[in-house]
Amino acid sequence: MIKVENIHKTYHMGSNSLHVLKGVDVDIKEGEMVSIMGSSGSGKSTLLNILGILDTYDSGSYHLDGMPIGPMSEAKAARYRNKYIGFVFQSFNLITFKNALENVALPLYYQNVSRRKRNRIAMEYLDRMGLADHAMHMPNEMSGGQKQRIAIARALIADPRIILADEPTGALDTKTSYEVMEILRDVNRSGKTVIIVTHEPDIAARTGRVIRVRDGQIDHNYDIHAEMAAMVGAEDGQQTHTLG
Amino acid sequence: MFDIDKWQEIISAISKNKLRTCLTGFSVFWGIFMLMILLGSGKGLQNGILSQFGHVTNSVTLWGGETTMECDGLGIGRDITFRREDLELLRHDIPQISEITARRNLWGTSITYGDEYANLTIDCIGTHMQTINQLKAIDGRLLNRLDETELRKVVIIGKRALERMNRFDNPVGRYINIEGVPFLVVGVFDAQNDRFSNRLCMPLDVAQRVFMPDTKVHNICFTVSTRTSEESDRIVKKATQILAAKYHFRPEDTRAMGSNNSQADYEQVQTTFAGLTMFIAIIGIFTVIAGIVGVSNIMIIVVKERTKEIGIRKALGATPASIVGLIIQESVVITSVAGYMGLLAGVAIIEAVGGALPADGFFRSPSVDFGTAVTAAVLIVVAGALAGYVPAKRAASVRPIEALRDE
Repeated sequence: MIKVENIHKTYHMGSNSLHVLKGVDVDIKEGEMVSIMGSSGSGKSTLLNILGILDTYDSGSYHLDGMPIGPMSEAKAARYRNKYIGFVFQSFNLITFKNALENVALPLYYQNVSRRKRNRIAMEYLDRMGLADHAMHMPNEMSGGQKQRIAIARALIADPRIILADEPTGALDTKTSYEVMEILRDVNRSGKTVIIVTHEPDIAARTGRVIRVRDGQIDHNYDIHAEMAAMVGAEDGQQTHTLG
Repeated sequence: MFDIDKWQEIISAISKNKLRTCLTGFSVFWGIFMLMILLGSGKGLQNGILSQFGHVTNSVTLWGGETTMECDGLGIGRDITFRREDLELLRHDIPQISEITARRNLWGTSITYGDEYANLTIDCIGTHMQTINQLKAIDGRLLNRLDETELRKVVIIGKRALERMNRFDNPVGRYINIEGVPFLVVGVFDAQNDRFSNRLCMPLDVAQRVFMPDTKVHNICFTVSTRTSEESDRIVKKATQILAAKYHFRPEDTRAMGSNNSQADYEQVQTTFAGLTMFIAIIGIFTVIAGIVGVSNIMIIVVKERTKEIGIRKALGATPASIVGLIIQESVVITSVAGYMGLLAGVAIIEAVGGALPADGFFRSPSVDFGTAVTAAVLIVVAGALAGYVPAKRAASVRPIEALRDE
């Protein structure tokens, strides 16, 4: 589904240049659920943006569902995003002056689907998220978990092949985070490729595979389970300390 | 192409961002509103000045005075009064005169009708004087040649004179007694110059038979076929020489004979108006510029405020063109609605002021040239759209990642 080979990306800021991606290879099969991990500055966000056709790359190659994704017009990139990729963001990024239903329906607006039809479809997706009774609520009237479910419904409505989630649980508490992850796993089970960018190992552990980005390259020796074990130990220690 | 979805998108964005809408709208509203007030005031001033100018623009009026210079052995202090016969003399000697006529005033004449009494001035005139003084019949008719040739005892009443006549409704067809002589009222007239509409008019021929023992006249008026004030000045000079020779006064004796050349006056007034129009145009242009600047500023703020929304839309598949179109169409809707409201408010104020003002004076019946107003409104809308285009274009080219980056 996604095949990235030897991608390089350098940001130029005035006289400084920052070599963010230094030859990244990623291969994600259709129907996989993958997490991309990495500390801030590791290049994971840049990689996600390139995968989401939100950003361009300098060299290498990127194939999405067999299609080469190279330099293209903004309009064409917008069409590809609309058709192939659903985005879920850390801060939900709902449009504040639109209600839940309108937010969910927005991608279909850009496919020129009639208002009646897209509202009907949006209602179905809201219902799947268990939020049918919140259709007319504005984003500021909803909890973080509800907002993220609205965002997931919006990401799904155009029936994309891939869901790209950038820190989808970053703004949520643990319980809600796990609920959202459960929804994303359901989405994955329905056949969509799901890619989650996160820095939380427990979230990453709930995906089928972890891609670790370190200093602009893929760390192939990374073992999530080892880190999890270390984390659990550390957290236990901390808790004991707090209790003591 | 009417895209109902796009309109619904715009209407929902407008109705849910009331402050932004109000700010954008207000700057346009204010610009157009002030422009309306400005144009209306200018027009009011112009109307006021024009109304003081109640002659056709190619007429010359002459009147006799008192000599202040000796001439042909005659002393100073002699009254000069022209006579009907002078009309023929002037017409014969000056071929450029197209029509010539005379007026004699009957100052403070007592008029009775029924049990009522009025004291008014009567202009005894030739029919052509009605043209020169721009009299318009608002009821009945004006005086005509037949009234003169058949010596009909008819009179027409000025609109303002009629207002001063107590209980005299529907005057046309009724008789009034002027110095005891019955005259038939055949019409009511209005004049651009209030001085004339404050009087009654009757044919000079009739007046001279009924009231006057001589052929003296107070004014000689003629229209000229010339086009420039220099040419008509030459005609006035020639007429002065002819009359000076006949009545024995020196042509350079300005107190012996007075003259008014409306062509020269009109050119002067035209120059004044040109200045006034220029003044209004300059202020108007700056008002429109202020409106444009206001709209542009708000458009920049709007686009900045919407950067995140634009980023979301782009991530969801909005093309740059659709983003630019959305913002510009929204701004055009706001500016045109606000502009239209400014137009209405301005016109309403002008109408209200015009209704409240007295009908005479130097400022009267202000009004707005609708074409100019609409042009200004369209200009502001177009400029607003253009002003929005640059920031909208920049916003549309912002990468969604940057717009969506969490602080």
